[in-house]
This record gives sequence, C-alpha cells and structure tokens, in this order.
Amino acid sequence: MDLFEYQAKQLFKAHGVPVSLGEVATTPAEAKAIAEKIGGVTVVKAQVKIGGRGKAGGVKVAKTPEDAQANAEAILGMDIKGHTVHRVLVDPGADIKEEYYVSYLLDRSNRTFLAMASYEGGMEIEQLAVERPEALAKVPVDAIAGVDLAKGQEIARAAKFPAELVDQIADVLVKLWDVFTKQDATLVEVNPLARVGDGSIVALDGKVSLDDNADFRQPGNAALEDKAAADPLEAKAKEKHLNYVKLDGQVGIIGNGAGLVMSTLDVVAYAGEAHSGVKPANFLDIGGGANAQVMADGLDVILGDPDVRSVFVNVFGGITACDEVANGIKGALEILGDQATKPLVVRLDGNNVDQGRAILNELNHPLVTQVDTMDGAADKAAELAAKG
Amino acid sequence: MSIYLNKDSKIIVQGITGGMGSKHTTLMLDAGSAIVGGVNARKAGTEVELGGKALPVFGTVKEAIVETGADVSVVFVPPAFTKDACIEAIDAGIGLLVVITEGVPVQDTAEVWSYLQGKKTRMIGPNCPGIITPGESLAGITPHTITGKGPVGLVSKSGTLTYQMMYELKDLGFSTAIGIGGDPIIGTTHIDALEAFQNDPDTKAIVMIGEIGGDAEERAAAYIKENVTKPVVGYVAGFTAPEGKTMGHAGAIVSGSSGTAQAKKEALEAAGVKVGKTPSETARLLRELLA
Repeated sequence: MDLFEYQAKQLFKAHGVPVSLGEVATTPAEAKAIAEKIGGVTVVKAQVKIGGRGKAGGVKVAKTPEDAQANAEAILGMDIKGHTVHRVLVDPGADIKEEYYVSYLLDRSNRTFLAMASYEGGMEIEQLAVERPEALAKVPVDAIAGVDLAKGQEIARAAKFPAELVDQIADVLVKLWDVFTKQDATLVEVNPLARVGDGSIVALDGKVSLDDNADFRQPGNAALEDKAAADPLEAKAKEKHLNYVKLDGQVGIIGNGAGLVMSTLDVVAYAGEAHSGVKPANFLDIGGGANAQVMADGLDVILGDPDVRSVFVNVFGGITACDEVANGIKGALEILGDQATKPLVVRLDGNNVDQGRAILNELNHPLVTQVDTMDGAADKAAELAAKG
Repeated sequence: MSIYLNKDSKIIVQGITGGMGSKHTTLMLDAGSAIVGGVNARKAGTEVELGGKALPVFGTVKEAIVETGADVSVVFVPPAFTKDACIEAIDAGIGLLVVITEGVPVQDTAEVWSYLQGKKTRMIGPNCPGIITPGESLAGITPHTITGKGPVGLVSKSGTLTYQMMYELKDLGFSTAIGIGGDPIIGTTHIDALEAFQNDPDTKAIVMIGEIGGDAEERAAAYIKENVTKPVVGYVAGFTAPEGKTMGHAGAIVSGSSGTAQAKKEALEAAGVKVGKTPSETARLLRELLA
C-alpha cells in the first residue's frame, strides 16, 4: 500500500524524524483556515499517490491565507496522470538552504535492503541516477544489523555530505530506518530532505510504501487505506477475500493461481486481436480451494462489472481435482440463479478432468461452453465477448 | 539423478498438525516421500496418523533431526511464525528448507535470508509450491499425479503454471520441477536451479517460467548465456499486466519501465532462449529442441 505524503510525514513525525507538516484540507476554505493558523508563507500541495505533481502544477506557494485558498481552489479536482486530487496538504513554508535525497528500499536482486542518498538533491532521482550516478550513493543494509549511528554515518559519507553535516544526517537516517522497520515498509523516501535557515534538517516531502503481508501485525494499516479511491468492485472482492484487480476489457477472468491467471490474461489478449480487440476485464485468482461458494463469490464480482460480456473460467485441477471445481461451478450457478447472465467458457485440465467435464456436460447449462484447451477456450471467450 | 531432492531425502514437516500441514503430508506420503515426522512444540511426544502411517511429532527441529536423520523440512506454519520456524530449522542444520507459507512479511524473509548466509541450509520459497522429483519424492504441494520421471527440468515462480507445464509435457516427464515462489525475496533463484539442472546428468532440457516484477529473469538470461549448454525454453506471464498493479504475487508488479514481461522476453531471447507466447507454445518449443 502506498501512502499519501501527509500520512508518510505523520509516520515520520511519530518516529522522531523532523518534518515540515501542516494539515490536510479538502476545501479551499479549509486551506485558508489552515494557512491562517500556520501564519506566514505556506505551500499548498496536491495529495496524490503518483510522482510528478510539481511539474503538473500540483504544488503552489502561498504568501497569504487568501493565496492558499486560491491555490487550493486550483489544485483540488485537478487530474494528475489519471489521479484526481481530493485533498491538499497545507505546509508551513520553509527557508530552504540546501536540498538532499535519502531513501530505504527493498533490493530484490541482492535480497536485502538498500539505502540511497545524495548530497545533491532537488532534482528527479531517476534523472540523477542516470546523469550523475556517482552523486547517488547506494549502500546495502543488512536486514538483521539494520542502521545504527555508525551505519548512518557510513551512508552520509558515501553520499558525500560534508563532515559537519554527517552526524545530523546520520541521526535522521537512524530514525527513518526506525520508520522502515517498525512500520514494515518496503520503501521510505525523502525528496527533498532540506537544510533550512536555522541549520536544522527537515523532511519536506515523504513517500512510504507498506508491505500488505504485514497487515496482521500492523493494526494501524487499515486506517491508512484510501477507501474512497478503491474501485467498488475491488472493494467488494476484498471483502470476500478474493484476489481481484479491475482492468478495462470485456472478458471476465477467473482462474486458480496467480501465475496461471496472469498467463490467462495474456492468452485472452492475444485471442482478442482476432475478435475486435476485446481484452481481459480483470485479474481474479480464486486460489487452490475452488469450492462452490468461492466460485460464486468470484462470478458475482465479475458479473457486477458492466463492461464484462463473457467470462472465462480457467482452472488447472492440481490439489483441487476438476470434479470438485466442476461442482463448484454448478453450485455457483445455482447460488447466482438469474443473476448469471453472461456466457461462461470453462476450461478444465488436470486431476480428474474427465469426471469434471462429465459433470458440466450433464449440467448442460445454456450459459456454459466447455473447451478443452486454454488457447481454444480463450479464443471462444473472446469471440463471445466480441459478439455480446 | 535429480536436483536438491531424491528418494533418499528424509523429510519432516513443520506445522504437521495444522490443516494445510496434515493434508499435504498425506499427499506427500502418497507421492512416495519419506516423511519421517513433524514438529510442533505444543504436541511434542505425540504421534499423528496420516496416510496410514503413525508419524512422531517432535518439540524442535533439532530433536527431529537427531531422532530421524531428517535432511529436509517443509514449512506450513502461519506467516506470523514463519521467520522463527525457519531460523529454528537453520540453527538445527537442516539441508533443505522448503517454505510453502504464503503472506510472509518481506522484512522477515530478508532477515531469514541474512541469517542463513554462510550456513549449510538451502531455502526454497517462501510462498511456493515446493519441489518434486517425480517417482522419488515430493517436498511441497505440487500434485504428484500429473506426470512421472523424465528428461525435463523445470523452474518456475508460479505454482499453477508449473502444474500446467508439467501437464503439457506429461508424456515426456520431469527430472525435477521446482517452484521458487513469487515473493520479492526468495531463497532459491532461477539461476540456482539452472546451475543445478546444468550439472544434473538426467536433465536433458530446461523450462524456465518467469513472471512480471524484478529482474530475476534478466539475470537468469545473462547466466544462461555464459553457463548453460543444455537447451532452455522460457515462458513469461504478465504481458498485459498494467503498471502499478500487483498481480496476485507480492513480487509481481510492473513499476515504470522495469519488470515488464516484454523486457524479460527480450533478455531471454538475446541469450538464445526460445520464449513461448503461451504455455502451449512453450511446450511445443521444448519438444522441437528435444527432437
């Protein structure tokens, strides 16, 4: 889960990282009131979970509360790369002397964590990494040893911070590591980390991604979720503990196992090229135990998508045998009754495939077509979607 | 021959008394695996009856190893306890640690990975179907009924795609099929398995299945180019996956231009690996190479 800037900085603050943090407004009037409370110069910043908001006009300095109101007026409702701005953060203005970059992230290749830091901030980090890679320090961090003061100093020196700043930066790095580990983050990034007029170091921005697998030990995560932004079908699927991602095509997909479902999306997209360009409408992995209720829940979510014109059920009977899956489909159609309105193309393979196919043949449901191969079934589902 | 697992492997199950653990212990016994016991500290000293066999339950992995000579452990404990279960097995000196558990926080896996550096344990997973040497042994949840022994070695991030590919090539059979898991940090990589298959005399050809996210396939491609002389075919899932959406596996996400299926396919092809557009085409390519 990615967090908004204000949420990231709230976590920073809770772990003792110095931040510049005002309050969040959802209306221009609120923005004005917050700016009055802060006093002096403020910065109105779009809260969106995507980079490049500054260039898009989503960050504006306000000299007065009236300016802040006008800025909020301009920014709220703005579309930044497909993300609508629903809130702005009104931060105190900062007297920036220098800007730096620091982050911790997961380093998949080396199976550990990585600290990245640069004394030269104030530019896009991707650009810095390409144009001046020597200015961006990359220091591996062992998951068990973590970041203590000495490690923080090592990172700061590698990033070419001048000697008089090393201890100050190291202190911030230790606290950010605390954020990273205590919150089960996979990314903590500060760009810019700034030295301001009084010589102190302050996080002016913040980006945090949290590990969903750690939700069981991070009870605070639920409150950080942006429920308003979630797709209603995705929200419904989540309630039923289904692994569902909404896409923008017409062929609904149900399968078992993440890899097989991903592969099914591809095969359907290829098949769609011959059928007016229809595409997969979703990713839905119902996992190993494809019983009737899970199948019904899955079909229910998919049929709730108005764009769906056909459904492709692609199941490989592994642990769950095909006859169980076929009974699941049969039961799901009984549970759904008249709500099942779209043609279903079913491909079963694997354990007890003959028994499974026999069950569906016997059912002889008008909506169900069986096809023996994954490629053939994808083609049939695409054809039906193109017709429908 | 085979890789990592054979008929002589003595297997214990951590979490043998749980729902998943007991169900799959029975299936592993069906597959011919030499399961010699299980571990559950709260039920130490008892026996559990599975697949017509009374299996001893030990309090610790160490004790299980001392009593049975086990060299493989399969982990089915819930995510919250997986890190401790792994560290216990590593401390006890297990040779092969197969972690089936899905949903382990990545910081826990990173700690386990750091902990096992310099120790004798090989970890497979987490969040994986495990490993099967057909006709000899199964340590994990792969259905053993799909196919039997043969010349193909298979390494895959995905469980069901492993099963699908075994099914597509069931007339040929497999030396070993290993599911390495779809998490961002895993114990055994494509490269590890490729190296082992290259050195296994019974493996004549290799199927490598990848998916979006990370750069493991690209690195495997570079490894193949330098080190693998056996024929390799590849398949990558997720060509149509949009940016920024996690496709089921925690590691399966395209961020910006990195981790795309297209980039992986190109890297593999540049290394001389034929890449199928679909599982069936991949199976066909392998048949052509073996013919």
